[in-house]
Amino acid sequence: MAEMSAMNRKLIQNLAETLSKQVKHFNKTEAECLIRLFNGLLGDQSDRRVGNGLDRGKFRNILHNTFGMTDDMIMDRVFRAFDKDNDSYVSVKEWIEGLSIFLRGTLDEKIKYCFDVYDLNGDGYISREEMFHMLKNSLIRQPTEEDPDEGIKDLVEITLKKMDHDHDSRLSYADFEKAVRDENLLLEAFGTCLPDAKSILEFEQHAFQDTLEH
Amino acid sequence: MLQLTPPSISVHSFSQLSKIVQLATDKKLKEVRACLEANRDPVAKMLGPSFATVEGEDSSVLRLLEEVKEGDQAKETEIKVKLIILLQQLDTQLLSSSLKQISQEVRLSPAAVKNDVELLKSFCSEGETRVLTSVQYTSDYEFTNGCRTPPWRQVHGEICYLVIKPCDTQPLHITCSTAGVFLNGGIRQEGEENAYDRTSDVYRDLVTLLKSKSPHFAENINKQDFAVQEEPPTQKVQHVELVDAEEQGQPQRSYEHQEKNVHEKARQQLVQNKPGGKKKLEPSLKWKNLGLASPYDEADDKKSKKNAVSEKFAEAQEKMQKKADVSVSSLPGRQSSNKTKTPGGVGGADDFSESSSESEEDEEQPERRTESNTDLPSEYWQIQKLVKYLKGGNQTATVIALCSMRDFNLAQETCQLAIRDVGGLEVLINLLDTEEIKCKIGSLKILKEISRNSQIRRAIADLGGLQTMVKILDSPDKDLKYLAAETIANVAKFRRARRTVRQHGGIKRLVELLDCVPDSAALTEEQEKDVEVARCGALALWSCSKSTRNKEAIRKAGGIPLLARLLKSPHENMLIPVVGTLQECASERSYRIAIQMEGMIEDLVKNLNCDNHELQMHCASAIFKCAEDKRTRDLVRQCEGLQPLVTLLSQADNKQLLAATTGAIWKCSISMENVAKFQDYKALETLVGLLTDQPEEVLVNVVGALGEGAQKPANRATIRKCGGIQPLVNLLTGTNQALLVNVTKAVGACATELENMTIIDRLDGVRLLWSLLKNPNPDVQASAAWAICPCIENAKDSGEMVRSFVGGLELIVNLLKSTNKEVLASVCAAIAKIAKDEENLAVITDHGVVPMLAKLTNTTDDKLRRHLAEAIARCCMWGSNRVLFGEAGAVAPLVRYLKSKDTSVHQATAQALFQLSKDPNNCITMHDNGVVKLLLGMMGSTDEVLQEAAAGCVANIRRLALANEKARYG
Repeated sequence: MAEMSAMNRKLIQNLAETLSKQVKHFNKTEAECLIRLFNGLLGDQSDRRVGNGLDRGKFRNILHNTFGMTDDMIMDRVFRAFDKDNDSYVSVKEWIEGLSIFLRGTLDEKIKYCFDVYDLNGDGYISREEMFHMLKNSLIRQPTEEDPDEGIKDLVEITLKKMDHDHDSRLSYADFEKAVRDENLLLEAFGTCLPDAKSILEFEQHAFQDTLEH
Repeated sequence: MLQLTPPSISVHSFSQLSKIVQLATDKKLKEVRACLEANRDPVAKMLGPSFATVEGEDSSVLRLLEEVKEGDQAKETEIKVKLIILLQQLDTQLLSSSLKQISQEVRLSPAAVKNDVELLKSFCSEGETRVLTSVQYTSDYEFTNGCRTPPWRQVHGEICYLVIKPCDTQPLHITCSTAGVFLNGGIRQEGEENAYDRTSDVYRDLVTLLKSKSPHFAENINKQDFAVQEEPPTQKVQHVELVDAEEQGQPQRSYEHQEKNVHEKARQQLVQNKPGGKKKLEPSLKWKNLGLASPYDEADDKKSKKNAVSEKFAEAQEKMQKKADVSVSSLPGRQSSNKTKTPGGVGGADDFSESSSESEEDEEQPERRTESNTDLPSEYWQIQKLVKYLKGGNQTATVIALCSMRDFNLAQETCQLAIRDVGGLEVLINLLDTEEIKCKIGSLKILKEISRNSQIRRAIADLGGLQTMVKILDSPDKDLKYLAAETIANVAKFRRARRTVRQHGGIKRLVELLDCVPDSAALTEEQEKDVEVARCGALALWSCSKSTRNKEAIRKAGGIPLLARLLKSPHENMLIPVVGTLQECASERSYRIAIQMEGMIEDLVKNLNCDNHELQMHCASAIFKCAEDKRTRDLVRQCEGLQPLVTLLSQADNKQLLAATTGAIWKCSISMENVAKFQDYKALETLVGLLTDQPEEVLVNVVGALGEGAQKPANRATIRKCGGIQPLVNLLTGTNQALLVNVTKAVGACATELENMTIIDRLDGVRLLWSLLKNPNPDVQASAAWAICPCIENAKDSGEMVRSFVGGLELIVNLLKSTNKEVLASVCAAIAKIAKDEENLAVITDHGVVPMLAKLTNTTDDKLRRHLAEAIARCCMWGSNRVLFGEAGAVAPLVRYLKSKDTSVHQATAQALFQLSKDPNNCITMHDNGVVKLLLGMMGSTDEVLQEAAAGCVANIRRLALANEKARYG
């Protein structure tokens, strides 16, 4: 066992070194901590396909419990954004890359990330329908209203008016980027897909300090 | 003096009576009435039953007079006569003043008539229910006083002539005059004199006349219930105006439109009525049709208003929105009444709370809803919708709604008030209490903009927004911090808000925001944000620093060194709030010292050279306030701040800047070294040019600076050569007290030069100065009296000139009764000059100058002592004044003056004593008070005048002693 763990540590260190060079915002130690955390999370998982990484359910649990996200659809989309190779598992590399933006991304990186999250079908545009889909739970429905979707539709129109600069009734990446640069608040225009400052702080404390101590 | 015999109270003096009436507070009127009813004949009560007045005539005075003639108890009766005459005078006064008021109400005015006519005209229009066929003036021309009659008839009080055609009778030719309304002989053209004659009784107003002349009119007007006929004319006018406004202003508009406007009108009405309190409003015809019986009862119901406001209003608005789609005529009456009622109630409630809680406001404007008397703009509905999403949305929807709201022109009052009126403010402020940073940021970004409106500010403060924003200042998020600070800066523009900020620990937190690195060359992004936070902190402190206690709080929180550090910043947008705060706080001595000690003068001077007028203005203003202190003035000079100040004088278009600059120059000129510098920079020439066509706040400072500058002889000539004397003398006719103090000082300084004096004399400046002695302000009096001194000294034939001012000498002598030391000193100085002319001395002696001066001698004020002694010395030169001074006890106090530390007092006193010592009795008094020893010391003085006077006085005493010995021992 001791031998195993020694070898394991060596492996982890090597991996951390490689990854910290590929990823912008983590140094080697931090990368190592995150790998350990990843392994720790995997350990709990059913043993069958350990090699592939975190599955959707596991990942969503993390998003929900650690980062306080609630919207199922958005969480799925975040998973998609992490899972770059679309194999339905977040590998350790994807984990570190994803967290790099998730926790410490620059505005540019976050714009790209959010756009990917919101572009549900991945066609490079956020369409009316996609917006409607994402916003449909954002208003409390008044039982008295004749058309409960009226408010949502209106909200979509408001958003389009504000962000659709080329007036093609959908948001291209350029539209989205310009709108967010003008008004940073619009970064998460269609749902929370980034953690807030408080959860980031807690997570980093947990990951980088607590893991080191153990 | 007071007897309580319930249920009535008896008093024995008027003062007790007035106290009781005061106690009665709001029942005063009742109480007074009861008192008068119980005391039908107060004179009898006071003077005994023999003077009781018989109803209808008042012969008590006559009876009293008879008694006086008879001569028994003469004294007592005399007092009674006086008392009764006084009482009667009071009575007549009261009667005549109330009569005046009553008669104003009763008599018709052109405006009232005009309103009546407009009202009647409006009754002519409709077909079946019409009550009149036509109403016409005989003349279309209206004089500026509102009359339409020819001027020679106006003198009879006639206002206009009308031809009114009722439905049932012949046309009526009517004359409206101030005395009332009556029929005339039928005026069609000017010239038929007899046509003007009255052919009927005089009626109170048009409606009454028509009712008696036309049965049809009387019948119909009652049937229609116009709610006008039973009112007195004055009240009617008010209500008529409203109807007019609607009918004349929008004659073409549809019924629907009028209905829409009703609640606007209701507000307008409410605002108009606010000062009058609970005046009952008369519903007009139109409102009755709408079923709007009495819409304002809710205004009184303050308790229920707060929480109900937003819902009710929102509800009402929704209904109105629907109405836009639905055809109006199909609206059920009840709903429409409900609808119009609610906004009126809301507006009323708002108004009410504002007027009741805000009696202390400084720069606040009154509620101004009435401006938007037109249709609600489309923005209104859009904003209302967004607020709905804010209320009922999650974070995502809220952020979208907030961002969208920011796209409206939030600088526009319509949008600002729309947000408030649809209950948006509550939501925005509630968002600040959540955990969602994005929502808070979005909300603050909106609040920051709309809080530029004074009504919104109040509303934010009322909703407790300040408390929340102060809490946000503790947040780690810098965006939040600076936005909150900037919003506080906007809201804290009125006193109550500033107090709230202080009371919730806002000042300390704001001061903490100032802590940043202001001037390192390359700032990181984080540091830049720190600077922005500090800038907004300074902005907020600037707003807050308008309250004295906040100034204190800023200092206690350690704000001064931080402000001093930020003052080194290279950025104007940082410097403006920092210098703004400093100059605001410089009204406090502690700050002035700190500004001097922390070396801020140098930075202030440095920034005088920038090219931002606002910053320059604040810097100059700070120097203005600080330069009362000599060290500060020296520092300004040493930092080479005088030249930039003079350069700034060329910015004559910016009056605020000019006022601050000239103020700084004025205060700096108090130091003679600075005056010399200003002389080099040719400041006076420019200042003289600023004596005309400037606002008063500039003039005060310009003249102040000239007054200081003119202490130097060379400058006096400069002022003359630049033609400054005339404008200065012209300014003596002003009314601004501060300006008058400065102008008199400047004119006085100029008058010390003979050539200047010639000009002043020619412009009759001395007379103007003299008339300023009548000014109620003691500072002006003193300053004028000081200025008079050099004038008398330098004017040709000054004695004659002074005599030519009718009552002038009496006026100045009477000023010796003043309680103000400066006035007394200045008047004494002037009297010393006046008394040089023997004839004038005789006149002022007649006016009793001697006992008045003697009365003042017990003062300890050295300035007064000096000039008083001078005046006494001069006044001794006439008649038996020396003896009189002695008899009035002026000598002994004068001797004590010699013990004063002020040497200038010594000289004047020695001269006075020398004059007084020419009377033997005075010599004895002096000797008894130990004058010889004191004078012997003075004789050794280097001051020759003093030497001589002291020696002369001693010689006189000695001579008296010798004569005495001689007489005794032969």
